[in-house]
Amino acid sequence: MTQKPSRTQALYAWLDERLGLTTINKLVLDRKVPKVNWWYTLGSATLFLFILQVVTGIFLTVYYVPTPDHAYDSVNYIMQGVRFGWLVRGIHHWGASFMVLFVFLHMLRVFYMGAYKYPRELTWMIGVLLFVLTLGMGFTGYLLPWNQRAYWATTVGTQIAGTPPIIGPWITRILRGGEEISALTLSRFFALHIWMIPGLMALLIAVHLYLVIRIGISNPPSKDE
Amino acid sequence: MSSHNPHDLSRRDFFKIVSSFVGSLMGLILGLPLISYFVSPALDEQGGEKWIPAGPLDNYPVGEPTLFTFTLTKQHGWEKTAQSYGVYIIRHSDTEVTVFSNVCTHLACRVRWHDDVSEFICPCHDAHFAEDGTVISGPAPRPLDKYEYKIEDGTLYLHLVEG
Repeated sequence: MTQKPSRTQALYAWLDERLGLTTINKLVLDRKVPKVNWWYTLGSATLFLFILQVVTGIFLTVYYVPTPDHAYDSVNYIMQGVRFGWLVRGIHHWGASFMVLFVFLHMLRVFYMGAYKYPRELTWMIGVLLFVLTLGMGFTGYLLPWNQRAYWATTVGTQIAGTPPIIGPWITRILRGGEEISALTLSRFFALHIWMIPGLMALLIAVHLYLVIRIGISNPPSKDE
Repeated sequence: MSSHNPHDLSRRDFFKIVSSFVGSLMGLILGLPLISYFVSPALDEQGGEKWIPAGPLDNYPVGEPTLFTFTLTKQHGWEKTAQSYGVYIIRHSDTEVTVFSNVCTHLACRVRWHDDVSEFICPCHDAHFAEDGTVISGPAPRPLDKYEYKIEDGTLYLHLVEG
């Protein structure tokens, strides 16, 4: 008891007094959690993938240029000319597919466990929005390499978006930034992909996590329920 | 459920240690390549050397600093960029010239020869250099840089060394 606190303990105490680290730790990490299984880790796995996508995505913008005359060459340069460019782009590429998969599995788990019910309806609704936005990230990111596959996938995708009656053609024109896919399409998909959608997602994830921490994790359903 | 023996590792401490170890390892595996990725262009082979033909020596009047400009195309990442260079050539005789770089030794603006005062003057921070390249006044830390040259069949060549 009378032992003098070490330097790191003293520094922690100093920071704790000002930041309230112990309180944060108690609320966020020392929460009461029911006896659960591995399926309950899918949300955390998705969050990890989101952070990974943000980090690798930010680093890709160091070399990527969203214009028709340079986009393809800059991606080529990342793959051939930049040290570990293949790794950064590779993680972003595979992370994207895995994120869609994990968001979907997370959603299935919540659905089958009935965890979307009272009082967690808002958490579920925000989660559905996050699922749609994740698909939006996949759709907008697919065009950015500006190769044949990207071009035609976006041609088809924006055409599909135009199928509703009356407003359909307008949706296609707004997505493409005009009649056909052009420099305007590329730059608006880039803006959506790196600023608008991820910004919105970060905000919604914050609310989603707040709700998870505030309400807590639901028990797995039991027989007599 | 605390351990009975104080030397035993509790379940909680075990997970603390394992998580921070795995976390640091993952951070390192991603972090180090990311640093390398960011500094990559600076690590690429730079420069090289080249002899630039500057035309017949007769183009340059004796004793008068004359500007000679040329451009070189270079590959930067995914783009080819034309880089322009300027040198002042002062011919002394049929075998001797001085070739000054027009890059100011202060902060790399381009100096210009002013005939009325017989000085090279930098427009950015008012560095003055004499006709022999030495600093007269201003913030320049050293005289103007000189290029090596050679004269073959009456043609002047400049030795461009970079990096």
